[in-house]
Amino acid sequence: MQLDWSSIPRASNALWEGFQFSISLTAFAALAGIILGTLLAMARLSSIKPLSMIASGYVNIFRSTPLVIVIYWFYVVLPFIIGRPIGAEHSAYVTFAIFEAAYFCEIMRAGIQSIPKGQVYAGSALGFTYGQNMRYIILPQAFRNVVPLLLTQTIILFQDTSLVYVLGATDLFGAADKIAHRDNTLLEMYVTVAVIYFVISFFLSRLVKHLHSKIAIIR
Amino acid sequence: MSIIRFVNVNKWFKQLHVLKNVSLEIAQGEVVVVCGPSGSGKSTLIRTVNQLEPISDGEIWVIDQNVADHRTDINALRADVGFVFQHFNLYPHLSVLDNITLAPIKVRKQSREAAEQKAVQLLERVGLAHKKDAFPSQLSGGQQQRVAIARGLAMEPKIMLFDEPTSALDPEMIGEVLQVMKDLALSGITMMVVTHEMGFAREVAHRVVFLDHGEVLEQATPAEFFSAPKTDRAKQFLKQILSPMH
Repeated sequence: MQLDWSSIPRASNALWEGFQFSISLTAFAALAGIILGTLLAMARLSSIKPLSMIASGYVNIFRSTPLVIVIYWFYVVLPFIIGRPIGAEHSAYVTFAIFEAAYFCEIMRAGIQSIPKGQVYAGSALGFTYGQNMRYIILPQAFRNVVPLLLTQTIILFQDTSLVYVLGATDLFGAADKIAHRDNTLLEMYVTVAVIYFVISFFLSRLVKHLHSKIAIIR
Repeated sequence: MSIIRFVNVNKWFKQLHVLKNVSLEIAQGEVVVVCGPSGSGKSTLIRTVNQLEPISDGEIWVIDQNVADHRTDINALRADVGFVFQHFNLYPHLSVLDNITLAPIKVRKQSREAAEQKAVQLLERVGLAHKKDAFPSQLSGGQQQRVAIARGLAMEPKIMLFDEPTSALDPEMIGEVLQVMKDLALSGITMMVVTHEMGFAREVAHRVVFLDHGEVLEQATPAEFFSAPKTDRAKQFLKQILSPMH
């Protein structure tokens, strides 16, 4: 079998564009997912029964459904909801934010539950409302405790964004796939992008490990 | 005129009857020590004053408001009632200064400058002005509790509640916290203190309330209570707590 690596450098521009989309999708989904996930976590821990039931239903649905199905599903349903075609890329942004929120919710929930009850009492005794207690006392501490978990989930999210190629979106893997088929360099292309995903994910997870030990010292 | 008034207060934890028909009045400026064996309901009692612990029935009037009434603005009331916990409960992610100024700024809407100026004064009062930029984890237990007292005082409360403030401290740190509390008692603020520190009760309390199995069994001046307890259970309790082997 003959391998032809010469086409890889020529593809670098297209790969770079795909890579930028992957990163922007990851960043958006992580940010939106963490915000939405935090609200979901507060709802899940709420003493208002309907609210916690809705939140836990949300989490269970998305955590029990394969991502690729959710990607297709939103792609089909979203145009009906907003009344016009939305396009693969926008659909991906919405899907990942909503899907990842379920996972970030569970992380934030663990973070909130890790804060001793005495912290809430101390705030309440000073006259803080529920919202002030959350904002100034609980969430800052909870967030700091789960930063490594949030980053780990974001690394998984980064790898999962490659699934948007099923919609024909040009993320890093989508770009590689298109070029691979055009130039008939499937193996070379797949190996190249695999290495890129690996290098980024691996070094990020090393960073998380380093961060984790630092946070452990502060505590 | 009483500033805290319990009227036939009952509290159940499921089947467990932890406060039984408690009626008790505390006058403005009075220093009241609540004591009793562990499990007697003392901590539950003091936590009902600002509704950290809701009651099952009865009324508790604090600064002329019934705290058990859902129409009472409980957050506004709590802001006027300082609470010091056994385990300090300082905010570990904030500096000493921020621990003290957070509530005045967010609840009382004071300016940061005014709140910080007041906080530094309070830190001087509890002897910790030099620790204003430290974090709670860098302080000893006694220092943390003194910061917690300053945090409560920063709201300029009308009442200070203390729930076993020295029970979690190493013996050599108890004195510094009690000294701050003694100074505070002399300032004329109303204080309700759950404690086993009978020396403190003897020296500064106006009245001692003895609680057992959720019932108020005795109320007397410290002199009366320590020299001539009326009930057998109080005698038993004092014997245990004042014995040199303790």
